[in-house]
Amino acid sequence: MIPVEHYLTVAAILFVTGIFGIFVNRKNVIVILMSIELMLLAVNINLVAFSAHHGDLTGQVFTLFVLTVAAAEAAIGLAILVCFFRNRGTIAVEDVNVMKG
Amino acid sequence: MGITLLAFYLFAIVAVCSGLFVVLARNPVHSVLWLILAFFSAVGMFILIGAEFVAMILAIVYVGAVAVLFLFVVMMLDVDFVELKGGMAKYLPFGLAIGAVLLIELGLVFGHWNVADNAEALRQSVTPDLAEKHNTIALGSVIYTDYIYLFQASGLILLVAMIGAIVLTLRHRTDVKRQNIQTQMHRDPAKTMEIKNVKPGQGL
Repeated sequence: MIPVEHYLTVAAILFVTGIFGIFVNRKNVIVILMSIELMLLAVNINLVAFSAHHGDLTGQVFTLFVLTVAAAEAAIGLAILVCFFRNRGTIAVEDVNVMKG
Repeated sequence: MGITLLAFYLFAIVAVCSGLFVVLARNPVHSVLWLILAFFSAVGMFILIGAEFVAMILAIVYVGAVAVLFLFVVMMLDVDFVELKGGMAKYLPFGLAIGAVLLIELGLVFGHWNVADNAEALRQSVTPDLAEKHNTIALGSVIYTDYIYLFQASGLILLVAMIGAIVLTLRHRTDVKRQNIQTQMHRDPAKTMEIKNVKPGQGL
């Protein structure tokens, strides 16, 4: 069995990569959404690693719920993106000020 | 042990590198493809640790649905991505600083981490022996007995997401001709048809 620390290291690096991606691609919503998916994947790796390490299936059950929410979030986010692109003709996040008072 | 660890390192390196390329790729289509590779490496790591069901669900849901949805949207939207990449150099030091701080923090947690003494006793649903039950069967019996309400709630979340996505993207176009069943059914022969008696050799 592979030590749990190995999995935690990979998950930590992936999570930090996701956060780095959000800050670097500040204009492009699609890459921001992909970075969020990357962070959720890192969390899933952590949950599964601890689940296997402790011999407790609850972590894997929780991974499934995280997966559900991630899928719903991606679907809604991309739908909003398509809607926004139709109205404005661009997806630059800095132009999002329709709701500004 | 040797081959397992080697496979793990391969998957881990591929996952980390493709994660970086997702963030740094110039073309978003390439980003999505790197994301798919990262998901597949995670699937490999999950299989190595013995979580087959989660691995397969990850392959089906993430690669088969979410990544393809991303690919579809990236290709459908006609966006000038080169322009969007413009400010990358400006934010790079900032992002690197935040990433470094976060990585150091995670490293600090990592250094001073140990398992509680009663962790064994606190387990909610103990993994049964592999000879007794497979991962999928064990996971299924846990979900459908202990977590049935959460399972139903996640179904509801997916339903709401589906309806929301449809409502957001549906638009009624006015510039196309459509079939109107009501007017079609209420057509009256007396109004729409006229019988003429045409004399031979004369025409109308």
